[in-house]
Amino acid sequence: MTIERELPDTERAPPELANLRIVPRNGRYRWIPIAIVIVLALMLLDGVVFNPRFEWGVVGSYLFTPTILQGLATTVWLTALCMSLGVLLGIVIAVMRMSPSRIVSGFARLYIWFFRGTPILVQLIFWYNLAALFPNLGLGIPFGPTLIEFRTNDIITPLAAAILGLALNEGAYMAEIVRAGISSVDEGQDEAARALGMPRLKSMRRIVLPQAMRFIIPPTGNETIGMLKMTSLVSVIALSDLLYSAQAIYSRTFETIPLLLVCCCWYLVLTSLLSVVQARIEAYYGRGATPVGTNQGDRT
Amino acid sequence: MSHLMVEARGVEKKIGHLEILRGVDFDVARGEVVSLIGPSGSGKSTFLRCINHLTKITSGYLSVDGELVGYQRRGNALHELSENETAAKRAEIGMVFQRFNLFGHKTALENVIEAPIQVKRERRSEATERARALLERVGLGHKADSYPSQLSGGQQQRVAIARALAMQPKLMLFDEPTSALDPELVGEVLEVMKGLVADGMTMVVVTHEMGFAREVCDRVAFMDEGRIVECSPPSELFDRPRTERARSFLAHIL
Repeated sequence: MTIERELPDTERAPPELANLRIVPRNGRYRWIPIAIVIVLALMLLDGVVFNPRFEWGVVGSYLFTPTILQGLATTVWLTALCMSLGVLLGIVIAVMRMSPSRIVSGFARLYIWFFRGTPILVQLIFWYNLAALFPNLGLGIPFGPTLIEFRTNDIITPLAAAILGLALNEGAYMAEIVRAGISSVDEGQDEAARALGMPRLKSMRRIVLPQAMRFIIPPTGNETIGMLKMTSLVSVIALSDLLYSAQAIYSRTFETIPLLLVCCCWYLVLTSLLSVVQARIEAYYGRGATPVGTNQGDRT
Repeated sequence: MSHLMVEARGVEKKIGHLEILRGVDFDVARGEVVSLIGPSGSGKSTFLRCINHLTKITSGYLSVDGELVGYQRRGNALHELSENETAAKRAEIGMVFQRFNLFGHKTALENVIEAPIQVKRERRSEATERARALLERVGLGHKADSYPSQLSGGQQQRVAIARALAMQPKLMLFDEPTSALDPELVGEVLEVMKGLVADGMTMVVVTHEMGFAREVCDRVAFMDEGRIVECSPPSELFDRPRTERARSFLAHIL
C-alpha cells in the first residue's frame, strides 16, 4: 500500500541526485604502518639472519644429523601418544564430571583439581621416583590379599613415567575442554536422540560429541602444540627427546645457541604442520554449522 | 492388544516443592487424535514428556499400548527400567519438538536414517530408501542433502516429522510443533500433520493452533494447574465449555 502525497517538486530530491558517485575513504596515512613494518623486517634481517654470531651455517649442518632426527622422532611420537591418551582420558573424565551421581562427578572433580593444580614438572619427577613410595606395585583387594605384584622399577621406566605424567596431566585439561564443548551443544539434541530410542551413551557418541567437536578442536589444537613443547620437560628424566638430543650435542661442542636454534626450527616446522591439520579437522566438524542458503530467522 | 494407546491415572510430577502435575487422568484410544490445550505453565508439555519418559513421573500410573514406559511392575511397586529397556520403548513412540532439534551435523537424509540404523539396526540401503520416501511425503525430497541450517523452520519441522516416522512409531507426540515458526510457515507443517491423521496415526498434540484442534482432533483436553479440567470433542469444548476456567481461557484466545 502506498500513500500518495502531493508535494511540490521543490521539496523533493531532484532525480539527478541518484547518479551521485560514491567515493571510498582514501587512507591518506596508510603508508605509515607499512613503512614501520618494512623497517622492522629489515632490522630483523640485518640483526638475526645476517648476524654471524647466530652461526646459521652450524645450524644448517646439525639440522639433519641422526641424533637430532632421533630426538625429533621421540618428540613426535611421545606427543602423539600422550595427546591421544590425554584426549581419551579427558572424554571419560568429562562424562564422569557430568554424571548425575555425586560420587562419580566428585571423583572427576578431584582428579581435575589435583592434576591441574600441581606443576607438571613435579608430577613427572614424582612418577619417575614412584619406586621410592611404592617399592612394589600389585593388584589386590584393599587391606586384603595381593593377587599379582611387580617391582615398581621394572614397570616405571623413564619412558613409562613420561607417558604417565604427560597423559594424566593432559587428561585433566582435556576434561575441562571436552566438558565445555559438550555443554555448548543444545540440550534438545540429546533429548531428540533419546526420544528416538538411543541410550544416553549412544546419544553422546553419535549426536552430542560430534557437534561438541566444533568447540573442542581449537583449544585441543592449542593443547597439542603445548604438549609438543611440554615433552621437552622429559629431558629432566633422561629421555632423549629433541631438546635432550640438542643438549647432548652442545654439552660436547659448546655450540649452545646454534643447537637451540636447530630445536626451534624443528618445533616451528611441527607446529606449522599441526596448524594445517587442525584447520582440516575444523573444516570437517564444521559441516552443517554455517548457514549457506536462506534462513528464516528462526535460528537462535 | 489394548484398545487404549495411552492410559494415565493420577499422574503426578513434583520438582522440589513445585507440583507441576497434580493427578492427571487421561486416555487416548488407538487411532485417536487428541490435542492438549491450556495456559502456559499448566503442565501440557511436561505431561507429554512423561508419556515417553523423557520426564520421570513422581507417582501415578502411565502406560502406552498397555505397557508401562519407564517402569516394570513387581508386586505393588513400580521399578525403574534400565536405560536400554526404556530406550527400546521410546523407540516406538515418535516425538516432534517445538524447536525441531534436528541433528545439526547431519543432512536431512542423515537425520532421518540415523535412528533406524543405530537403534533398529536396519540396513543402510533399506533405511535410505524409506527415508527418501518419507522426505518425499513431507514434500522435501529435493532437500535430502541440505543441512538443517540451510532449511527454513517449516522445512526443518517437516524433516523432524519424517525422522520420527522413520521409526514406524505406534504413537506420535507433538510438543507445540508450530509455536517456533513464522506465521506463513505454520500451514505447511499442519498439512503434513493432517496427512498423518488421515492415515490413522494415533497422536497427542500440545498446541496453540485452535483451528487445527477444532478441525482434525477427535477430542480436545483442556489443562490447567497440573490437571486435565475438561476433555471432550472439539465442538463441545470450544462451543459449550462446561467449566469456568475453560470458558475464560477460550475467551482470551479465540
